[in-house]
Amino acid sequence: MPEEKLSLDINEILNASIDAKYEKLDEKEFHRRIVSSGLSRSTIEEISKLKKEPEWMLRLRLKSLELFEKLPTPNWLPDFLGSLDVSSLELYVKPGIEKTNNWDEIPKEIREYYDKLGIPESEKKYLGGLVAVLESEPIYSNVKEELKKKGVVMMPPEEAVQKYPDVIKEYFMKIFPASDHKFAALHGALWSGGVFVYVPRGVRITTPVEGFFVIGSEMEGQFEHTLVVADEGSYIHFIEGCSAPQFKKFSFHDGMVELYAKKDAHIKFTTVQNWSKNVINFNNKRAWADENANIEWVEGSLGSKYSFVYPSTILRGRNATSTSLVVTMASGEGEWKDSGSKMIHAAPNTRSKVVNKNIGFNGGVNIYRGLIRVNKGATGAKAYVKCDSLMLDEKTKAYTFPHNQVFEDDADVAHEAHTFRMSEDQLFYLMNRGINEKEATSMLVLGFIDEIMKELPFEYATMLNKIIKLELEKLGAVA
Amino acid sequence: MSVLKIQDLHVEVEGKEVIKGISLEVKSGEIHALMGPNGSGKTSLSLAIMGHPKYKITKGRITLDGEDITNLETDEKVKRGLFLAFQNPVEISGVKLSTLLVAELNRVRGSSDSVMQMFQTIREYAKTVGVSETLLNRGVFEGFSGGEKKRTEILQMLILRPKFAILDEPDSGVDVDGLRVISEIVNKLKKEINTGYLIITHYRRILDYLNADKVHVLYKGKIVSSGDMSLARLIDEKGYESVIKN
Ligand SMILES: Nc1ncnc2c1ncn2[C@@H]1O[C@H](COP(=O)(O)OP(=O)(O)O)[C@@H](O)[C@H]1O
Ligand SMILES: [Mg+2]
Repeated sequence: MPEEKLSLDINEILNASIDAKYEKLDEKEFHRRIVSSGLSRSTIEEISKLKKEPEWMLRLRLKSLELFEKLPTPNWLPDFLGSLDVSSLELYVKPGIEKTNNWDEIPKEIREYYDKLGIPESEKKYLGGLVAVLESEPIYSNVKEELKKKGVVMMPPEEAVQKYPDVIKEYFMKIFPASDHKFAALHGALWSGGVFVYVPRGVRITTPVEGFFVIGSEMEGQFEHTLVVADEGSYIHFIEGCSAPQFKKFSFHDGMVELYAKKDAHIKFTTVQNWSKNVINFNNKRAWADENANIEWVEGSLGSKYSFVYPSTILRGRNATSTSLVVTMASGEGEWKDSGSKMIHAAPNTRSKVVNKNIGFNGGVNIYRGLIRVNKGATGAKAYVKCDSLMLDEKTKAYTFPHNQVFEDDADVAHEAHTFRMSEDQLFYLMNRGINEKEATSMLVLGFIDEIMKELPFEYATMLNKIIKLELEKLGAVA
Repeated sequence: MSVLKIQDLHVEVEGKEVIKGISLEVKSGEIHALMGPNGSGKTSLSLAIMGHPKYKITKGRITLDGEDITNLETDEKVKRGLFLAFQNPVEISGVKLSTLLVAELNRVRGSSDSVMQMFQTIREYAKTVGVSETLLNRGVFEGFSGGEKKRTEILQMLILRPKFAILDEPDSGVDVDGLRVISEIVNKLKKEINTGYLIITHYRRILDYLNADKVHVLYKGKIVSSGDMSLARLIDEKGYESVIKN
């Protein structure tokens, strides 16, 4: 089996983007630098050819590339990204194995990594379906028989492009167009791997399904695309798991998630992100909710060094609702977790709730940029935002930038923000009950995010628990 | 037979000396009462003994059976058998009371029961001190009344079974039934495992119930008077003035 690799100098791209942000480059110069970084028409054509894509998908990619070159760099992009040493990135890494629906056909070394993460085990125990993506390609895809019988489709988007071109044409990057921002465009040009799920009308999937993404080598770029379409009155809980072993150099993740909930449908989307500390994580997450539909985002964004995650819902049908619960953790010097949910009320009687909890220590930085928008005509809208920060030491910082754009007088938009420092008295109390300082700290931290942990399936809550405790191990003496 | 000894202890808080040389010796099975007007340093003394980072011991030492435990970590002191029931315990809304109690059973008592069994044990203990199921399911002290807080502190003493317990005003704001329950638990542990006590209080009533062996009066950071129950009776009848004048 040939091992296909294409590479890209992401440093050059980030640097050029930052320069462009300050208009230090003209369009021609920017184009030249991007091409010399390895991102050119021919790279895209090569990827598209490897995937045996139809013409329309290639056109989508090329259009995205064009937009990438034209769009300004988002002003929220911190400048230090430009000075990272990401250098040459494997843009497209095809693992040397074919996709299968049988774990036994997966080579032992790779299988062992998944075993350690408990993936095949959890599939057996409680998942309705699983797609595992290693590097740029799916290596495992399986859906339980009873779901197939009900007409549930779950497969990598590449396969869906071949088998369900009409559905993909209708939804792919529709709610999150490449024109949205530079890194959405980059995603459109380079997307590879991911999961496509379709839930037919009235089908309620009781067991969650999972997409599990592994970045398997350093200097890699992962651009997976997850697309969930839930037809009228259906229900699905999709779990997105992310992991990467610790590398010496940076990897870059620029994935995208699009959720479409039709009338009366309900999509719950849970992410447990534990990229290693040298991953730069852009996640572009957006959903739309038709009449009476419900979108729930639950996100534990614990890993990676720099993370940009803004789950957003467009409430476009009457009575649509959405909640977004996000936990971020910045646990080291120079760690930067940028998050914030966006709720766009575009129809009458829509309701939204956002709970954002961030935990910081050892000099990490947490930033919240949320948006509540109530469009003209979206009468009777209700939105509630709660944004809490817990800081475990003095070096740590948290910033909150909530934005409200309200164009209807009767909108009920409430915002609460609290900053907590771990209190010496609470810690002392717990220690007086025989609990050591580290354990007392993790009790307080876990207590702080309890509201969100409750929403996670047991296995994932346990996993998150473990990750947080491990991170707290690194915590220096507390105040 | 164990001995908790406090020798010439000096404590500073926010740069101000609040305990100015206190010596005390409590043996297993003894009940010592510590009285004294507001602000005389009773709470500071108890927090300093347990190692609160704000209450700095600048001089003197604490020993348990001859071993110097002055600078041990708080949780280590607890593991060696010290216990403090707080006058004003802080609310910890994120941690469920039942979770905390299970952790105590497991960490300090070394219970190897299943979590389900430990919950059962806790429910039974809670029942004996009148802590309701609702409270067990709430955040620690979240929205607890004064009396409920005191009962919860005693509940934890019952779970931890200490060698020595400092109870900081266990009887303030407690109803008559509560006072009886608390006294019963104090006596129970004394009988069962010979716990020694330092009980901070303003009221003679609890001391009558418990029949305190010794009574000390603290004033401006110093013990100004020590005696037996007759001292508590005197304070009850004539106020603190009668014992701290000279
Ligand atoms: N955390 C603190 N910061 C500043 N002063 C304190 C603090 N704790 C106690 N003090 C002071 O120490 C003295 C003794 O207080 P405390 O020990 O609470 O007395 P008691 O318990 O006998 O009423 C008082 O003057 C009080 O104001
Ligand atoms: Mg006091």
